[in-house]
Amino acid sequence: MALARKRAADEPIQVPDKIAVSLIVNGVERRLDVAPWTTLLDALRDHLDLTGTKKGCDHGQCGACTVLVDGRRINSCLTLAVMKDGAKITTIEGLATDGALHPLQQAFIDHDAFQCGYCTPGQICSAAGLIAEGKAKTADEIRELMSGNICRCGAYPNIVAAILQAMGRS
Amino acid sequence: MINFQYARASDVADAVRMIAADPSAKFIAGGTNLIDLMKEDVERPSRLIDISRLPLKTVEETADGGLRIGALVPNSDLAYHPLVAQRYPMLASAILAGASQQLRNMASTGGNLLQRTRCAYFYDTATPCNKREPDSGCSARNGLNRMHAILGTSESCIATHPSDMCVALAALDAKVHVAGPGGERAMAFADFHRLPGTTPQRDTNLRPDEIVTAVQLPAQGFAKNYTYLKIRDRLSYAFALVSVAAALELDGDTIKEARLALGGVAHKPWRDANAEASLRGQAATPATFAHAADLVLRGAKGFAHNAFKIDLARKVVVRALTQAARGTPQSQSNKKIR
Repeated sequence: MALARKRAADEPIQVPDKIAVSLIVNGVERRLDVAPWTTLLDALRDHLDLTGTKKGCDHGQCGACTVLVDGRRINSCLTLAVMKDGAKITTIEGLATDGALHPLQQAFIDHDAFQCGYCTPGQICSAAGLIAEGKAKTADEIRELMSGNICRCGAYPNIVAAILQAMGRS
Repeated sequence: MINFQYARASDVADAVRMIAADPSAKFIAGGTNLIDLMKEDVERPSRLIDISRLPLKTVEETADGGLRIGALVPNSDLAYHPLVAQRYPMLASAILAGASQQLRNMASTGGNLLQRTRCAYFYDTATPCNKREPDSGCSARNGLNRMHAILGTSESCIATHPSDMCVALAALDAKVHVAGPGGERAMAFADFHRLPGTTPQRDTNLRPDEIVTAVQLPAQGFAKNYTYLKIRDRLSYAFALVSVAAALELDGDTIKEARLALGGVAHKPWRDANAEASLRGQAATPATFAHAADLVLRGAKGFAHNAFKIDLARKVVVRALTQAARGTPQSQSNKKIR
């Protein structure tokens, strides 16, 4: 039986080649070469210049980096770009169609569902995922299923109201 | 995060070969815990073996009326799976009590079992931690230990296992299927996770060259009388101070079968055979529940900041058994505890 061995802090490894990855981002195929340790978040922001997706905590605790991968909301800071080769990614930049705001974007404006706005792209992408899941029906359920998105300005009541509006229940 | 190599496993045998060939490699599935630990320099794998595309994503009924859950079924898919929601609602409830929907969408069944403790000293590489660095000492025993264990602790480690899902799986008597170079084997859920003893660096009895392939549930799901009651510092998206999975099979007011597992109190989901035995054949009354709670907590030992958990756990056990007996499980969206 092989024993698990911890790699020492100063132990070098052969520097890996960059890996070719293809991502369908907001409907457009994007090819990029990334180091294995590039998170999906860093690939979007630093390689594809899609800076709408925000880096908040970078540890999956705040939700600012939320994007949709194959239609499901995830924390893009906790996945590697190489693992998502071939996946369809939707970011905040991909929600509006032909210049018309996504209903959630409009609802966030209508309800003043932000102050500083830093968490907003993550909130909106998360809400888009929530609506697609179809599990939340009530304000309580929205609050619970949006708990992965922190708003330090405290705009929660207006965020819930905006999501209810976009769900057609306001 | 340090540099590492990346490779994708083509099937389970390939994954086992790759991990056996490189003892400082790690499997990655959802990545929600591992990537976080790598960013903190707690985990430093030379290579990540991506198992996320292996065909372990199905939930299948077994011949004995149970369910076999593939190790790569995402936590959210499992919680919302119709057969789980119908037959094992305590498991669905426990899953939905943990993490956030984004994390549940990413996190795998096998990965949930293998997640590491959230002890702050384990994460902080500037402090001693026997789990992270064997024989370096435990900073939590005399440090900030509010979140730490009260049962099954050792001189070496007082960390807790952070999972909610595993608490329900323990109560349900699940089995863990694993594959290694020598073939496949199954472990009782109670034998999967370990107590810290003198080797807290080992969370589980999974061998370094083995991979979790599935979790199997027996037929009995306790769908009528169950609850998962989790007490935490905020109403959502926080680790448990104390959680209890309680499941009863009742004949009128008499308890025929009882399961009780606690989270947030030990290095593994905590079950107590004597406490469960004390419930069987008894009337489902507050006195019966209080006696069982006393039995669970009789060996509990608190530290400077977490002694409150002993009385809290006693109360949560009684309340959980009450909810289970009444058939009024804790809602995971309306957090009012009734």
